[in-house]
Amino acid sequence: MGRATFRIWRGERGTGEFRDYVTEVDDGMVVLDAVHQIQAEQANDLAVRWNCKAGKCGSCSAEIAGMPRLMCMTRMGQLDLERPVTVEPLKAFPHLRDLVTDVSWNYEVKKRIKPFKPGPAEADGGWRMAQSDVDRVMEFRKCIECFLCQDVCHVLRDHQLHAAFAGPRHFVHLAAIQMHPLDTEDRLDEIRTLHGIGFCNITKCCTKVCPEEIGITDNAIIPLKERVVDRAYDPLRILGRRRIEERQSGP
Amino acid sequence: MGRLEDLLTERHERHRHDVLVIGAGGAGLRAAIEAAGAGARVGLVCKSLLGKAHTVMAEGGVAAALANVSERDSWRVHFADTMRGGQYLNNARMAELHARESPDRVRELEGWGALFDRTRDGRILQRNFGGHAYPRLAHVGDRTGLEMIRTLQDHGVHRGIDVHMECTVFRLLKDGDRVAGAFVYDRERGRFHVFQANAVVLATGGIGRAFAVTSNSWEYTGDGHALAYQAGAELVDMEFVQFHPTGMVWPPSVRGILVTEGVRGEGGILLNKDGRRFMFDDIPELYRDQTADNEEEGWRYTQGDRQARRPPELLTRDHVARKIVREIKEGRGSPHGGVFLDIAWIRHKLPGAAEHIKRKLPSMYQQFKALADIDITREPMEVGPTTHYAMGGVRVEADSQMSTVPGLFAAGECAGGLHGANRLGGNSLSDLLVFGKRAGEFAARFAGEREQARIDEDQLRRAEREALQPFERQGSAGEGPYAIQHELQDVMQNLVGIVRNEGELRRALGAIGQLRERAGRVAVQGNREYNPGWHAALDLDNLLTVAEAVTRAAIERRESRGAQFREDHPDKDPQYARFNHVIARGADGAMQVQRAPLPGLRDELARIIEELK
Repeated sequence: MGRATFRIWRGERGTGEFRDYVTEVDDGMVVLDAVHQIQAEQANDLAVRWNCKAGKCGSCSAEIAGMPRLMCMTRMGQLDLERPVTVEPLKAFPHLRDLVTDVSWNYEVKKRIKPFKPGPAEADGGWRMAQSDVDRVMEFRKCIECFLCQDVCHVLRDHQLHAAFAGPRHFVHLAAIQMHPLDTEDRLDEIRTLHGIGFCNITKCCTKVCPEEIGITDNAIIPLKERVVDRAYDPLRILGRRRIEERQSGP
Repeated sequence: MGRLEDLLTERHERHRHDVLVIGAGGAGLRAAIEAAGAGARVGLVCKSLLGKAHTVMAEGGVAAALANVSERDSWRVHFADTMRGGQYLNNARMAELHARESPDRVRELEGWGALFDRTRDGRILQRNFGGHAYPRLAHVGDRTGLEMIRTLQDHGVHRGIDVHMECTVFRLLKDGDRVAGAFVYDRERGRFHVFQANAVVLATGGIGRAFAVTSNSWEYTGDGHALAYQAGAELVDMEFVQFHPTGMVWPPSVRGILVTEGVRGEGGILLNKDGRRFMFDDIPELYRDQTADNEEEGWRYTQGDRQARRPPELLTRDHVARKIVREIKEGRGSPHGGVFLDIAWIRHKLPGAAEHIKRKLPSMYQQFKALADIDITREPMEVGPTTHYAMGGVRVEADSQMSTVPGLFAAGECAGGLHGANRLGGNSLSDLLVFGKRAGEFAARFAGEREQARIDEDQLRRAEREALQPFERQGSAGEGPYAIQHELQDVMQNLVGIVRNEGELRRALGAIGQLRERAGRVAVQGNREYNPGWHAALDLDNLLTVAEAVTRAAIERRESRGAQFREDHPDKDPQYARFNHVIARGADGAMQVQRAPLPGLRDELARIIEELK
């Protein structure tokens, strides 16, 4: 297939520059192979995160030719090799070095989500669930935590509302436990307040970049929004709540 | 030398825990959860981000005799299957504990939120797998490992565990005979950290990166094996390296990536270039009674017919891998040097087969579509063996998982004993849960019963100096780490692979010695911040240690058994059935291989093995 130029971001903590590396490529290669080849032959200290190299661990997220993707799942055939292929770190998180960013915020958010809480088990220590109920949640459980959805979400990327908004990844997680057939926990209030679901205005960028093809917006975020609205903004419920409050604070 | 002295004056960041767990795959997470639950202050150190460890790659399922699909299953049968698979070199007590406890560990996981596929009456569904007599693997499609690690991760983050991500342990620290903690560098800044802990649990996984074709990621450089060895612990069964029969072979850049045994469990068949189903040609004596002798019976087995016997594709991994190698060597392979694995053929048997395949094997469908342009519902895959799993590991006491070094525990792949000469598919995920839990429990107990171990400043200084040496040589004639790593991988692949002989093994040993000398002169460029070249340089020592251990043990085992196949000794030799090879550092610093007699078998267990033979 010949030679191709990779224009890779090099630098530390926000500062840096693109540097061009020319390397031999062939059809079956993915971008991560090219980056590794460059690392082994030309730039031993080129920082890149990766693990499974099979699209299952979600470590090697980057922006390739302007699109957020997994380096291990982007093949040469999908790229225009006539021009230099840019490879940049994610933009929604603080930059560390070269292609590596600090994604620790995601782990902090996860900790703030109330954990799964099952109902009581059957006598044999197990639970009964129908496959159809399990299937409904399966889609969300496919998430590999690559954080590409977080990277493209304008609430995080452009408005930097990390303190007020959990981001699409965590709404997928919330949907997975909210809709888990055994879960008994109530998280609707904090989905609205702490996790800030209202900031999402359904532009569906997250869905578009998901390598697992999870219907993030349609299947996770919108149903959660509906439940939140149902709880917090239903006029009848508001009236009912007001009555109860009046009675409690009565004479 | 001035520069290095400057660096040595820096202060280390200090951490104190009761239990330090090294590695955050299934075993490490499970150990950390258990230790924290027992009230210990737990630190967890991992080389990658949380949730990225190789457990995510486990596809087929977790073996547990829940008896949901076949009520004939029980811990006894699971135990007997595990022993048979391991050719009776297993630590029988570990195999017993594993078989007895894994059902509870799986149900417990469900209580923490894991979702498995269901039976019609709503219980956990179980699938067939090589070497297991009954459908035994709890699974969710072909992404069981991801489900497990995410469940443990999400459960673990609420347990007050102190997680240190992207940190690598460089040396274990000792206080006299016992373990005292670890000397660690963080990958991000390259700073050194000192962890003080009375108990350390190694859960670092495997050694796949010592070989050229492997399903393992960069992390699997035998760290736990090497750390334990350096700290004076023993390794056991190191000659047994499992080559998974089905890895991808094309395109070249994905060579080695795993193709789950679940494909064969769902009815996938192996074919050579002439379309012959060659696995029927050679069925080993030990398994003849349990193996189908015609294609129709094999198919019925995969579809749950309980009268049918399993197809030969589901024989043990060592056997299937060798038969594939033979087809390739004798010129009957596929165009890219593998054989064909065909699941698409089931369309002649099942209506809606394409949808069925996508539902049962979604990751495989996606992996081949994305990486090889192959639609597995319509075309066969090309597959060949890939280095997958180390049966050998740190020698531990079965109940507590403690090594011969007081306070040093090991669980999961980096511990040895459970799998003997060969591991059955599905027995790894259950291993992680059962022995991760035990290691965490006993580590917490050990830590609580002892005085705080002391940190020896001399050990810190030595570790620091050794860690920084590759920078010292910057600008010298020393080479970079990658060339040496690649050469070592080629040596192991070509000379210590699926088919071994004495001459090649001895050549490998010589080559490893030369590579070690070169590794001592490695120089790295750049600085300490997130510098993969430096990390690779420090990993070299571990890779060389495990490579030497595998090679030495393989030389000493002059027979073929389980995962070890010696073409110069192609048969089993009964005298080798009586001991394990134990590796330790001798007084002179050289690696020693010794024979340790197998512990006697309790009558009850001996009876089970005899009955179910």
